Amino acid sequence: MATATKVMSASRPLEGLEAGRGRLREKLIVTSLFLCAALSILVTLGIVVALVEPSIEFFATISPWEFFTGTEWSPLFKNGEFGVLPLVAGTMVVTVIASFVCLPLGLFAAIYLSEYATQRTRGFVKPILEILAGVPTVVYGFFALTFVTPLLRENWLFETPPQVFNALSGGLVMGIMILPTVASIAEDAMFAVPQSLRAGAAALGATRYEVSTRVVVPAALSGIIAAFVLGISRAVGETMIVLIAVGGTPNLTWNPAKAMQTMTAFIGAAGLGDQSTGSIGYKTIFAVGMTLFLMTLVMNIISIRLVRKYREVYD
Amino acid sequence: MDTVSVGSEVTSDSEFRGGAVTESEPSDHAPETVPDAGVSPEAHSDARARGDGSTLAGIAKARRPIRDEARAETVFELSDVSVSYSGSCAVQGVNLRIRRNEVTALIGPSGCGKTTVLRCLNRTNDLIQGAKVEGNVLYHGIDLYGPKVEPVEVRRRIGMVFQKPNPFPKSIYDNIAFGPRVGGFKGDLDELVERSLRRAALWDEVKRDLKASAMALSGGQQQRLCIARCIAVEPDVILMDEPCSALDPVSTLRIEELMDELVSEYTIVIVTHNMQQAARVSDRTAFFTVAEGQDDKDHRIGILVEYDYTTTVFTKPGDPRTEDYVTGRFG
Amino acid sequence: MSTPTESVLLASHRKRSLRVRDGAFRAAVTGSVVVGLAVLVALIIQSLVKGWPKLGLDLITNFPSSFYEKAGIQSAIFGTLWLVAIVFVTAIPIGVGAAVYMEMFADTNVWYNRVIDVIIQNLAAVPSIVYGILGLAFLARGFIDLGPVLLTGGLTLSFLVLPVVIIASREALRSVPSSILDGALALGATRWQGVSRQVLPAAIPGIATASILAVSRAIGEAAPLLLLGALQFITFNPTGLNSSFTALPIQIFNWISRPQEGFHVAAAAAIIVLLGITLLLNATAIWLRRRFQQTW
Repeated sequence: MATATKVMSASRPLEGLEAGRGRLREKLIVTSLFLCAALSILVTLGIVVALVEPSIEFFATISPWEFFTGTEWSPLFKNGEFGVLPLVAGTMVVTVIASFVCLPLGLFAAIYLSEYATQRTRGFVKPILEILAGVPTVVYGFFALTFVTPLLRENWLFETPPQVFNALSGGLVMGIMILPTVASIAEDAMFAVPQSLRAGAAALGATRYEVSTRVVVPAALSGIIAAFVLGISRAVGETMIVLIAVGGTPNLTWNPAKAMQTMTAFIGAAGLGDQSTGSIGYKTIFAVGMTLFLMTLVMNIISIRLVRKYREVYD
Repeated sequence: MDTVSVGSEVTSDSEFRGGAVTESEPSDHAPETVPDAGVSPEAHSDARARGDGSTLAGIAKARRPIRDEARAETVFELSDVSVSYSGSCAVQGVNLRIRRNEVTALIGPSGCGKTTVLRCLNRTNDLIQGAKVEGNVLYHGIDLYGPKVEPVEVRRRIGMVFQKPNPFPKSIYDNIAFGPRVGGFKGDLDELVERSLRRAALWDEVKRDLKASAMALSGGQQQRLCIARCIAVEPDVILMDEPCSALDPVSTLRIEELMDELVSEYTIVIVTHNMQQAARVSDRTAFFTVAEGQDDKDHRIGILVEYDYTTTVFTKPGDPRTEDYVTGRFG
Repeated sequence: MSTPTESVLLASHRKRSLRVRDGAFRAAVTGSVVVGLAVLVALIIQSLVKGWPKLGLDLITNFPSSFYEKAGIQSAIFGTLWLVAIVFVTAIPIGVGAAVYMEMFADTNVWYNRVIDVIIQNLAAVPSIVYGILGLAFLARGFIDLGPVLLTGGLTLSFLVLPVVIIASREALRSVPSSILDGALALGATRWQGVSRQVLPAAIPGIATASILAVSRAIGEAAPLLLLGALQFITFNPTGLNSSFTALPIQIFNWISRPQEGFHVAAAAAIIVLLGITLLLNATAIWLRRRFQQTW
């Protein structure tokens, strides 16, 4: 290609064709925008460093074996015990209960919005779900403690009624809180299923039930699973509801009627307790935090991958 | 008669019908308005009567006279230009010379690279990731793709009107004023806006409320707005990518009339699917098609088949492929 | 096959068990939405009923106190307002800037841009308490050691909502057709001129909606602030970025944790205020989205 070195002709079109005016300014602007985006890397690094460094120090004192397999958790006391299993058990019990609520209800709500609701109803229901998702978690916690727990205690059908702090109320309310998230992602996935698939099934005489369950849900499956995984991840990471309604006593049990403490509740409580920097209690926060972070990270990565997968298929 | 085909250089242009080149006025070279019976058999044979009763050949012949060759200055000179997108070749070996104050039409079936070639002329291909332009594109003798050339400046001089009108979601005034504003225009903006709207034959329709939203205009008005917007930056060349394909026939006609008025000040290159339009508006026509043996839809390579005066292309095409296309046998 | 009779086409012809199944399913899916709605309503009503006695001007003008009759949320409201201001001033510009870069300027073939994309999506799903840990380690203590002050809390919340702002703003930018930018570039605008003068303005409604929802989220978050050591017995309004503070959700939590029923009533009243603010913000965002939705 010929290299133009100078503007040759005197004709107007060629004046300034090579001017580089404003190029530097533009480059500066784009660079600062890039820095805004790169800040996210900084935040991620920050989280990782914040969690890893004290955890390493922690595990220098407390053996990982004791941490991950011990069944007694009382780290903030003198001569404390550092087995994290009660916390993990607590998290899991609450999460399972929440999942029993938010996964089926979330999926059904998504099916309703996607396959059954009219345009008008959708315009009414979707904002409601958004509002439901926007309610602060303290409010949910309060609701669980002062409404759901008494309700359960008064109408309990089995032997001993639930304690004042129990995993059941917290789990149930948490399920409702997460329902909009699950519904939203699942609905997105179903929305992406081409109308032609539904039309084809309907033309063969399928009812709406059959179209929904045999055509749409299977087609949107990866997105639905992504919704489920993300919902579970949120349940694992939720703090205020469990802090308020489930309790602060670590308890290695599967009985949801009992009080227990989740990982997040412990971190919250420990934080409140104003541990001095560098103390073993302080470092415990980070050790548990890291465990929590790793669990949710794995789930989030799976979920995001699945979402990407279904988006690619229909794009 | 010389026709330009793949590989050969753009040297001499077609001969004139009716005699040698002289310096006299164009009217000396006015093509004969021959009744249909006198039209050469090949051009007439498959030319079906179109809706308005005349043949394509007739339309082309009725255009204004062929200009004096010696006076036509070259604006663009493309030599052996090929464009590929992410490794896959879209158009190959294009040699083309576009002249000042003429309307040049690029015609041909879909997928043969007309729009790609058009986009080379104002470096819009740069915006597509993976696009690669090879060969020489000279603009008034300067290499358009030279390392020092600023694409932004290129686009200020070579404007483009798109297939689907794309006014900004702002007022009519702000649409027109945008180009001058970003270009650092310091003069009387009101006057420039009015002048551009007049030139685009839109002024009378919108003068009452320039602050109205451009999105409220009809399709034809929006396209004229886009033309006015383009004119406001006072370009040298106006590129049009199927500007009327989204419009109704009445709007189409108005824009074609506009082209006729504008060409005295600007150079116009238009891509069109509509052969009658090409015959109506253009001075020269370049016919593209898909290279032979490329029937696989994913791998179509476009080539330039013939480039000549419009009247020639439509009445006495040199290449059988051109003839097939313009007579409607295929495409 | 014999000619079908009319009865075959009637709904009643269909096997009863199948009809029951179809109907039950429809009931189930509709019911799930109803359950959600019912809980929302129950929640609001319960708070209203419980907190009613304490609703009044006193609630807003009083400061926290050991006596629940005298307790109020003035300091909490101001604390929340300050936090909102900090979040608005930091998270929104940076978030929108990042979104503009990623959607309009980033070359997706380059590895680091793809990495940033994945990172942001993951950050949006990290539990809020982990952000509290981040703030604790770096802002409240550690390197910068600001202590449990407004700036710490505000920045921590900013980190929390930043990924959400970015993702939502990208959606808003994406919804602007590329023909707008093409048109601007064809007129000789630089990319930044085209983006800043045409694309970004067109995306403002979506970005504004996202910003309001992000702020609404920040207002309701308590977990990260708890971890920072935000003291809960603050009887004064914040005096500056370096001031100790409390916020509405923190104050509510504090009162819930007390055994006296009177404090629970106070908590319920404060919840009504908090819910009111949250609902107002959400409604504004939804209205904004509807009103300014551009049909291209």
